[in-house]
Amino acid sequence: MSQPAPAPKSPHTGAFVFAGVIIALFFIGLMGLLYYGVQRSDQAGRDALPSPLIGKPAPDFDLPLLHEPGKRFALAELRGQPFVMNVWGSWCPECRVEHPVISKFALTKRVRFIGYNLKDPREDALRWLEQFGNPYLMVVADEEGRTAIDWGIYGAPETFLVDGKGIVRWKHVGAITDEIIAKELIPALEKAEAEK
Amino acid sequence: MKTLLLLAMLLLSPLARAQVSDPTPLQFRDTAQEERFHHLTAELRCVMCQNQSLADSNAQIAHDLRREVLDLMNQDKSDAEIKRFLVERYGEFVLYKPDVAGNTWLLWFGPALLLLAGAAIVFRIVRKRSAAAGTVANDDNQEW
Repeated sequence: MSQPAPAPKSPHTGAFVFAGVIIALFFIGLMGLLYYGVQRSDQAGRDALPSPLIGKPAPDFDLPLLHEPGKRFALAELRGQPFVMNVWGSWCPECRVEHPVISKFALTKRVRFIGYNLKDPREDALRWLEQFGNPYLMVVADEEGRTAIDWGIYGAPETFLVDGKGIVRWKHVGAITDEIIAKELIPALEKAEAEK
Repeated sequence: MKTLLLLAMLLLSPLARAQVSDPTPLQFRDTAQEERFHHLTAELRCVMCQNQSLADSNAQIAHDLRREVLDLMNQDKSDAEIKRFLVERYGEFVLYKPDVAGNTWLLWFGPALLLLAGAAIVFRIVRKRSAAAGTVANDDNQEW
């Protein structure tokens, strides 16, 4: 009985091991990416774009009021105290979802809420507010959606926080929830007020 | 009854579509402008449906932004100025070809770095192997 001779070490072994390590690393990386994607998939705002306006002066506008179309409203009139601007439209199902949340918070009078009615025929917008309630201090109407481009608005709902000096402090794309108000909006508001 | 229903549907269908389709198609000054417009919007990304270009997308905001781009072109703005206009409002995201900057250099040069690393590895392996093969060839006394 002779011992089986040890297999002769191929000169390629090193290369094979190396290739194996590379492939394994690649595979692990791919799995990591997949895991990251799955983790993120339940976040409602995963496709939301970060606004380049944060920390910059809010773009001025001069828009008609929804309830008094003859009267125009300029953003500069809101200077002095922070305000929240909520973009909505009667055509937007998510706006209906967030509306009770917005209303509940707006009615605490913690901060002024301005409604920004986007691309809505006037009658539809008025009917919508009548049906679901109007928590806004005032509503400006942007039927054409031109001014919205200056604000980087690309849909509804979107919500901005602007401080007393007219600087955009915070933006949220998508429906607002109680959690977002408590964890993001109120801290941002407190910060804006503290720095005033 | 059926005909009435069909008639009603036919009459109502333009109303239903009004939300989606652009009521006023874009008017170009000439074919050169139209070509420039198509070229430019193909390089811009739709902010709503994020895997489509501004040229391809049928989202409402894409209609509005296309109209805005054409307006800016009619104001004799250059392509670079139009891009800057959109970046200031919607962020770098709208550019399919972002500028070369500190936070985008990996995006631009990452693939080249990977290629170089791969080339270096292949070079090393080939050199090692040719050295080994060289000794074998000598041993075998092969003549080719």
